[in-house]
Amino acid sequence: MSDIKNYTINFGPQHPAAHGVLRLILEMDGEVIVHADPHVGLLHRGTEKLAESKPFNHSIGYMDRLDYVSMMCNEHGYVKSIEKLLNIEAPIRAQYIRTMFDEVTRILNHLMWIGTHGLDLGAMTLFLYAFREREYLMDCYEAVSGARMHAAYYRPGGVYRDLPDYMPKHAESKWTKGKALKQVNSWREGSLLDFLEHFTDYFPEKIAEYNTLLTDNRIWKQRTVNIGIVSPERALQLGFTGPMLRGSGIEWDLRKKQTYAAYDKLDFDIPVGVNGDSYDRYLVRMEEMVQSNKIIKQCVKWLKDNPGPVMLDDYKVAPPNREAMKNDMESMIHHFKLFTEGYTVPKGEAYAAVEAPKGEFGVYLVADDSNKPFRMKIRAPGFAHISAMNEMVKGSMLADVVSVIGTMDIVFGEIDR
Amino acid sequence: MKMFKYLKSLTLKELLKGMTVTGKYFFKRKFTIRYPEEKTPKSDRFRGLHALRRYENGEERCIACKLCEAVCPALAISIDSEQREDGTRRTTKYEIDLFKCIYCGFCEESCPVDSIVLTDIHEFHFETEGRNVLDKQQLLAIGDLREKEVAECRQNDSEYR
Ligand code: SF4
Ligand code: SF4
Repeated sequence: MSDIKNYTINFGPQHPAAHGVLRLILEMDGEVIVHADPHVGLLHRGTEKLAESKPFNHSIGYMDRLDYVSMMCNEHGYVKSIEKLLNIEAPIRAQYIRTMFDEVTRILNHLMWIGTHGLDLGAMTLFLYAFREREYLMDCYEAVSGARMHAAYYRPGGVYRDLPDYMPKHAESKWTKGKALKQVNSWREGSLLDFLEHFTDYFPEKIAEYNTLLTDNRIWKQRTVNIGIVSPERALQLGFTGPMLRGSGIEWDLRKKQTYAAYDKLDFDIPVGVNGDSYDRYLVRMEEMVQSNKIIKQCVKWLKDNPGPVMLDDYKVAPPNREAMKNDMESMIHHFKLFTEGYTVPKGEAYAAVEAPKGEFGVYLVADDSNKPFRMKIRAPGFAHISAMNEMVKGSMLADVVSVIGTMDIVFGEIDR
Repeated sequence: MKMFKYLKSLTLKELLKGMTVTGKYFFKRKFTIRYPEEKTPKSDRFRGLHALRRYENGEERCIACKLCEAVCPALAISIDSEQREDGTRRTTKYEIDLFKCIYCGFCEESCPVDSIVLTDIHEFHFETEGRNVLDKQQLLAIGDLREKEVAECRQNDSEYR
């Protein structure tokens, strides 16, 4: 018999199914994986170190660029940590806005995940449908912050601006006019909240469509059922969070267990899986979208009824509005001081975490009585997940690696930081 | 029971159901737009290409306070200033490196005289090396070109700022 040895292959970093820049060294025995070795760091930008050289507020924009499909959740983790150090709390309306946009972000993230996961496993149509829905939510991002992705919207002490009470409209063109134009603009007549309300009414129907396409589909099931099984004990030991942990049947969700923002005032459920395989995690994420939709609906209702300030009325942390800044000397001085020096944060350390779509996103800050963080450490959920790569794919086929990468919902912005 | 399941799977029921969903969309109105003839709506808060504005009498707004330079997280702005003949403080150099800029909008937030703004222009590119650095004249020219739109967007959004 001839001598057949294991051989190693490179998966990525330029592989379309590698979700960015994952380089996976696979040791193969025929088509079976013997060992998988993920190499990270190809997208390393030194965010943690960078933050040490800037006043606190300047790093908000860089938080968006960590996990670039769940932008506002990252900002939330960061500003929450600063707020903890400063011992301030955002006004209640800002808390609701944050809750609402965290959930918008969750849907955005899960839509991206279902699109790419589907694409990797051969369900191309879903990608197009998911991106159609994402478009609506991106418009909400843009309406409040001015950017479709990298919002820089949350600030210590609240959010930058209140929700607009109008939405931009489609312009008339050769192809879209008359009735068609009216139809594409029909959601956009009212405020942003009306727009989101239309979306929440429309979205469940779309989730039902995704379910029709995938949940019972035999090809989908063959590619996901019993792939990448993680037992509950092992999931805990590996430091899994988010849907990866809940897919294994452990009901752990920071929104419920260590509640923050306005989550304690809202009614929603935490879906959990049973078998801990790719398919269960798929079901968990699908249900999370339904729950997020429910939360958004409740937030919209509350926000419509309760106007109020969205930023702390403390000029030591939050800049005065432009009107005041231009007419009042003291505000002017505060404005100049805030935009040059920032604010000083008392000596101390704080860790604050939010339930980002991928799991627990936490920011640990050490302050030393200056206007810049002394040290920042980011706890990215994806890093713990990718560390379990070898364990999850060992013994399975090469094609299953794609399924496992998909189910981990990996984004390299946060893993490499 | 198993037999029943087996028979059901032979009918390809779930696959056909999926096909009806996709089939339905075949006959629906397209969701996509015909870019560049058609464009998606853009919010008044949109943060695109930078511009420097002028007052109505043609005088440039910027007073070289350097707040924007100080607040820029990406260190994309660099300013030199000098006293002009009439005794006012003006910039002699105002450059923005668009490769460094992260379009956070902090410069606009900081400017006390609404001079630097992020316009709604998002379709721009560079063909030669070095064109990514916009100097003062270019920025003022963009401002002159878009003054109407810029002022309108700021006006619409004024109660939130
Ligand atoms: S948008 Fe942000 S990064 Fe760009 S020049 Fe202004 S402050 Fe700097
Ligand atoms: S653009 Fe505005 S913030 Fe920047 S130097 Fe000029 S006046 Fe100051």
